[in-house]
Amino acid sequence: MIYLQLFLTFLKVGTFAFGGGYAMLSLIGDSVLAYGWMTEEELLNFVGVETVIPGPIAVNMATFIGYEQGGFLGALLATVGVVLPSFIIILIVAALIKNLMKYPAVNAFNTGMRPALGGLILATAATMGLKVFIGFEKVGSAVAFDWRTLVILAVVIAVPTVYKKLVKKEFSPILLIIVSAGLGMLFFA
Amino acid sequence: MILFQLFISMLKIGAFAFGGGYAIIALLENEFVTKRGWIDHDEFMNVVAIAESTPGPIAINVATYIGYKLKGFLGATLATVGVCFPSFIIMYVVSLFYERFMEISLVMAAFRGVQICVIYLIASAAFKMLKKMKKTPRNIALFTVTFCGMTACTVFDFRISSIIFIFTAGVVGLSAFLINKKKKEAKK
Repeated sequence: MIYLQLFLTFLKVGTFAFGGGYAMLSLIGDSVLAYGWMTEEELLNFVGVETVIPGPIAVNMATFIGYEQGGFLGALLATVGVVLPSFIIILIVAALIKNLMKYPAVNAFNTGMRPALGGLILATAATMGLKVFIGFEKVGSAVAFDWRTLVILAVVIAVPTVYKKLVKKEFSPILLIIVSAGLGMLFFA
Repeated sequence: MILFQLFISMLKIGAFAFGGGYAIIALLENEFVTKRGWIDHDEFMNVVAIAESTPGPIAINVATYIGYKLKGFLGATLATVGVCFPSFIIMYVVSLFYERFMEISLVMAAFRGVQICVIYLIASAAFKMLKKMKKTPRNIALFTVTFCGMTACTVFDFRISSIIFIFTAGVVGLSAFLINKKKKEAKK
């Protein structure tokens, strides 16, 4: 029963994947490879495509694998499966959190977590940057520098900075993404 | 009306959130903290911390929480459906034409540009957090250790779940609090 299998697999992924985003990838990868729904190579290719599709990575993977294995219904069930645990857990936490935050111990725990969260986010940007700008993924991988990436980076930094100076408002990140897509076509096509 | 606005905002974010979890958080902050002021920065940071420490996609956790905070269960449902809907539709359409889609070089070229923008967005979200962080030695140490640790893990291809860093930092915060409390009690 492929539909049930899809739903349960993604329910499991949604329940046990902490840290979100790319942390989720290994868990999804394990299940997908175990069932033979994708080969290792197909999985790698898909991750490449996935990074350029908007939305949560888990939803994208669930939709894609669900569709490949069970058409529209498969895509729908896999997506609902991966989202449902988050939804229920957050509802429970959100309903309790007003009281939970009153406890100084919970606050202290959160105070410790916040700087680490900042560090994690910067590390994500740094490792993505290493890969995109110099092609560096891990120790031993070949390094390839492309000046065009730096030109695009300069524009992407300059546009919101100048806009903020002139208009005193934040430049829309969505607009910036559209600009960068245009630059990508201009430089790489 | 706020329900409708919430749904539209989430749809918009879901449709343009390239680069996964942290990039979506940058968009959510821009929409709900900076632009609409529906939730303040401190609470937003709390929500992100909660989203990090509960399982599931971070973006969905944050969306569900904001929806619940604004309009209860119905708000949470609409926010969650809203943020997932564009991905689902786009990914579904891409699945239909997956093979052919991959062969369009113009599409891939555009995506290379987008990747650079995504790095900028994520980095600026991190710098914004750094700017607002109280510069105590403990906070600076936690930030630096996590940043260097996570980067080193990737560089040396050594897998440690990000949740371990987050939880360790939480335990450090909690221990500092308990030690302080003990000291105060001893003084009395």
